[in-house]
Amino acid sequence: MTGYLLRRLGYALPIMLGVSFLCFMLVHLSPGDPLVSILPADASAELQRQMMQLYGFDRPLLEQFLRWLWRALHGDLGTSIATSRPVTGEVFRAVGNTLMIAVLASLIGFSLGSLFGFVAGYFRNSWADRLASFVSVIGVSLPNYWLGMVLVIVFSAQLMWLPATGAGPGGSSDWAWDWAHVQYLILPALTMSFIPMGIVARTVRALVADTLSQEFVVGLRARGLGELGVLRHVVKNCAPTALAVVGLQLGYLLGGSILIETVFSWPGTGFLLNQAIFQRDLPLLQGSILILALFFVLLNLLVDVLQTVLDPRIERG
Amino acid sequence: MSDPMIRLRELYVEFNPPGKRIQAVNGVDLTVDRGEVVALIGESGSGKSVTLRAMMRLHPEKTTRYSGALEVAGQDVLGMGGGALSQLRGKRVAMIFQEPLLALDPVYTLGEQIVEAIRRHEPLGRAEARARALQLFERVRIPSPERRLDAYPHEMSGGMRQRAMIALALACNPQVLLADEPTTALDATVQIQILLLLRDLQRELGLSIVFVTHDIGAAAEVADRMAVMYAGRIVEEGPASELLTRPRHPYTRALLGSRDEGALRKGRRLDTIGGAPPDLARLPAGCAFAARCAFADDACRAAVPERRELGARHAAACRRLDELPALLAVRADEALPS
Ligand SMILES: Nc1ncnc2c1ncn2[C@@H]1O[C@H](COP(=O)(O)OP(=O)(O)OP(=O)(O)O)[C@@H](O)[C@H]1O
Ligand SMILES: [Mg+2]
Repeated sequence: MTGYLLRRLGYALPIMLGVSFLCFMLVHLSPGDPLVSILPADASAELQRQMMQLYGFDRPLLEQFLRWLWRALHGDLGTSIATSRPVTGEVFRAVGNTLMIAVLASLIGFSLGSLFGFVAGYFRNSWADRLASFVSVIGVSLPNYWLGMVLVIVFSAQLMWLPATGAGPGGSSDWAWDWAHVQYLILPALTMSFIPMGIVARTVRALVADTLSQEFVVGLRARGLGELGVLRHVVKNCAPTALAVVGLQLGYLLGGSILIETVFSWPGTGFLLNQAIFQRDLPLLQGSILILALFFVLLNLLVDVLQTVLDPRIERG
Repeated sequence: MSDPMIRLRELYVEFNPPGKRIQAVNGVDLTVDRGEVVALIGESGSGKSVTLRAMMRLHPEKTTRYSGALEVAGQDVLGMGGGALSQLRGKRVAMIFQEPLLALDPVYTLGEQIVEAIRRHEPLGRAEARARALQLFERVRIPSPERRLDAYPHEMSGGMRQRAMIALALACNPQVLLADEPTTALDATVQIQILLLLRDLQRELGLSIVFVTHDIGAAAEVADRMAVMYAGRIVEEGPASELLTRPRHPYTRALLGSRDEGALRKGRRLDTIGGAPPDLARLPAGCAFAARCAFADDACRAAVPERRELGARHAAACRRLDELPALLAVRADEALPS
């Protein structure tokens, strides 16, 4: 097992390196002057040159990349051009915020999606199946921000049960796990959960239907197992794949949803990326993309390993 | 003879998937006594597996219609509720499947599956159940049984898997064993081992066995009686030795082919017969074999032939049984060079 883990980590390293190179290059390939947002429009050529030198934008790209990578390895992703604060801190604060709603959304999506998918797959072609499939299609196809606004209108404006926007009574800086803060989490997480819910429901429905059509289910019945006993076997057969799907969904959600975070003014990664792009804040953009990409790679790794541990059919070759 | 473990009377099994009607079993009569071994043979699609699975009511409840009488271990299988049915399955009647790799849950070890089956029917603790599972593995002669209990199905060879499947089937000391082509998926040498194992276990435990096979040699080796199926009916049944040496029904004659030396060799497959069996969605009015039978006349095509006792538990369903020897002699004469 340890050998397997090390090997998997070994595979992940070149991927991470490639990812960081791409992050760096993509941002540099995009047109426009990186300093345009902080330099006054009438800045002299001399000032501009000095600033370029200060940020290192005048060096060859490869050298810039290696310097950036070296510093990144030491936890330093540079300074945000717009706010002059260290990129690392900015990104991790945003990631933390997004992580909260993403994990909650994944949990909601996984639970409801599995439930719907299971019922639909188990009672295929029944009214319960049609209802569950309808709900999951709605979940995937309705625009997120629209759902978010509807939820805000219903639960904040009409019922006044939950706050509409923000990340806590005093902003996001003093987060605490009490109701005063947690209530801010609910609506964005709920909104975000619709897509993973729909995807998990569809996957689980197909998995359950496929499992039930296998010969071994007849074998289980022939041993005298009742529906509950059969159900237990079906769950164990479907769990590894269902977990993998939700793990990948969590990865996507970590990138934050610009639209959802904007609707709810949630200071997460989507919000941050949005800001970085519009202000052409190169260090911030590179840093946040890099961190998100690394999270994604690690999460993939985790999902793979978890699946291998859970599913005896997968050889640890 | 007075102690039947299985009794089928006029058993019909019909599948009704959306927009279809498949008459897979059409009036089967079969009695299997305690300790008796009966082989079901017949071409592919003749309803052998459907009949076998019906004995445990294993077909999808929603789309299957049964009628007739079906008693196993003295219980009315068609009339019983779901709870009683699952008490019967695995406890009184157990099944061995053709391909154990498909019939075992891939994500549970064999030990876990046997323990589960035991604890389903008997109030045993985990450790006791596992001890029983170990004994079962020894009984079916699996080498290093302790280690094999913790193996997943895919980690075993075909022969070992089938042994494990047999151990699983025997977990709760059933009286009846149903086996659907238990050796078809195996190598020839392994087939013989499994057959011998089944025969030994049958004798030790006094099991009643119904098994489906395409291997006449296997049937001759293990079975007391044989029943030949065609289009969902038993067209002939009788003691294995008699059926093999003196088949009466034209279909059995064609199926068993020439009964020379080689006929009883193990591993010999059934002969193929020209033509195709009837569509189970549109059965003919008369004898289902008439279209392929050299001796069929209009009367054969008009009504389903009655089953006729031929003495000593031998029976066949053919209108022209008595005329057949003469008809065959004529044909043999015609074939002779003049
Ligand atoms: N659940 C089902 N729904 C619809 N049709 C079915 C079902 N199970 C079996 N059949 C049909 O019933 C017929 C008889 O099948 P069965 O499996 O009993 O044949 P068999 O004699 O066992 O043949 P083989 O030697 O190939 O195993 C086939 O035409 C099959 O397609
Ligand atoms: Mg079959």
